Amino acid sequence: MSQLALVIDLNVCVGCHACVTSCKEWNTSGVAGALSDDRPYGEQPTGTFFNRVQTFEVGEYPNTETVHFPKSCLHCEDPPCVPVCPTGASYKREEDGIVLVDYDKCIGCKYCSWACPYGAREIDEHQKVMKKCTLCVDRIYDQNLPETERKPACVLACPTSARLFGDVHDPESVVSKAIREEGGYQLMPEWGTQPANHYLPRRKTRIQIHRDELVRADNPLKKEGPTVKPALDEPSLDDVTSW
Amino acid sequence: MHPAFSVIFLTTFIGVGQGLFLAIYTGEVYGTLDLLPAQHHNFYVTGSVLALIFLVAGLVASFFHLGHPERAWRSASQWRTSWLSREVIVLPAVIGAIFIYGLVHLLGLKLTLFGFNTGLANDLSLIIGAGGTLVTFLLFLCTGMIYACIKFLKEWASPLTIINYTLLGTASGFLLAAALAAMMAPTLVQFYVVWTIIITLSGLVTRTASLIRNARLKPQSNLKTAIGIRHGKIQQRSQGQMGGSFNTREFFHGAPDWFYRNIKWVFLALVFIVPVFLISLTMGDSGIVVLVAAFVIQYIGLIAERWFFFAQANHPQNLYYQTVG
Repeated sequence: MSQLALVIDLNVCVGCHACVTSCKEWNTSGVAGALSDDRPYGEQPTGTFFNRVQTFEVGEYPNTETVHFPKSCLHCEDPPCVPVCPTGASYKREEDGIVLVDYDKCIGCKYCSWACPYGAREIDEHQKVMKKCTLCVDRIYDQNLPETERKPACVLACPTSARLFGDVHDPESVVSKAIREEGGYQLMPEWGTQPANHYLPRRKTRIQIHRDELVRADNPLKKEGPTVKPALDEPSLDDVTSW
Repeated sequence: MHPAFSVIFLTTFIGVGQGLFLAIYTGEVYGTLDLLPAQHHNFYVTGSVLALIFLVAGLVASFFHLGHPERAWRSASQWRTSWLSREVIVLPAVIGAIFIYGLVHLLGLKLTLFGFNTGLANDLSLIIGAGGTLVTFLLFLCTGMIYACIKFLKEWASPLTIINYTLLGTASGFLLAAALAAMMAPTLVQFYVVWTIIITLSGLVTRTASLIRNARLKPQSNLKTAIGIRHGKIQQRSQGQMGGSFNTREFFHGAPDWFYRNIKWVFLALVFIVPVFLISLTMGDSGIVVLVAAFVIQYIGLIAERWFFFAQANHPQNLYYQTVG
């Protein structure tokens, strides 16, 4: 049984919101009808989004780091939003682990949104049903698309490849390798929801230089500066002569 | 959480209806055991009708909470996992049981209808009422568990939630029963008044216990676990939107700070102190105006109590919505 998920690399996310806009564009154009988008250019713009990019500042000036944090449904392996649904509209697919809402069964009671600790669900205030990230389920299995495009819209849009998509139950998938080798982690592990989506932390690449490495230890002439450059027919000696 | 008036009215109305039925039925059982004078069936019928009015009013209020009320019938399907679904089943069961209970009294039906002769005048209504009592307590359990089962809403995730729903609903129902008895069954007034005081004061203890518990709660989630970055100082700089969204409207109570801070004193006074004081005055004589006034005051207090119950719950998703940008 597979579990499709996203792995989001906070190390390379630049906070451009391309995933947000492409997500909205794809999902407002699907068979489920438009996603609410009220007064987009007016004073109090509001609407339903499956994905948002937030920004956090870590540390205290001047030692701060800006972290852009894309946030969407994590498709938990033990989703607390599913069992609370009174109608069965909210469900987790057996075959690929995607958590979905059946918009024809949803009564819009919002109880599932209360039961999600991440705030991943947003009600559509015009259709009056709960909506959430579908992992572009209407796209990733579309046989009419070339295979490289059978990915969620946000993944395809990301200019820095900060978003990886795959099966986290397959140990050899690109997402499993990323989680395993790059320190992937889950959000709010304290609630036991086992989010399928993982995040890759900020990674720093540092070189370790010790003090004695700053001075050449193998310098027999005890001379710094350009070494002797012998003529082409003269013998050369390591660490003494140079071309 | 943002307190929705549909849910506030649902939970308070059905609480009154459930409590009133429990009071009426308790009176009948005591009457059967000769502990209290038995009443004319009009009292039980009127009590049942009044309880039904409150329960149906609660049911109607609940529909205003739904985006698609026409699909509400679907919500009975997931009773295996969802407390909300269980409530959807149990609430009509309570309404049905009380309706039959009232009907049995109205028509004077007895178990002889089914060929049993017990010699008791009200044997059938006693059995129906016992079943009604069972589903009434089940409904308190379902209503409380809807909130208590969400483990990360720590203000709610406690047995005190169920106990408070039960005690506060029962207290308001017994108070209404006392007012009703003052009109129709003066011999029961003192019985209901004493029990109203006992239940209300028990509710004061358990509600205060939950206030104390909630004041001492330590949030389990913080920005470190929310975004997974181990640093003591993380500040949100933008939440990905400027004009607000469902996340900023549904999960914050949105009331001014002074209102939020003072409302608990208001409901502690209106639900507990004032009604107990008022009905203590009526001990011994049937002061109907005072009893009705005490009921109305307590009901208004219950609205404030329920408002605060919702407003106090701090959802972990709020960690992601601290700063607009």
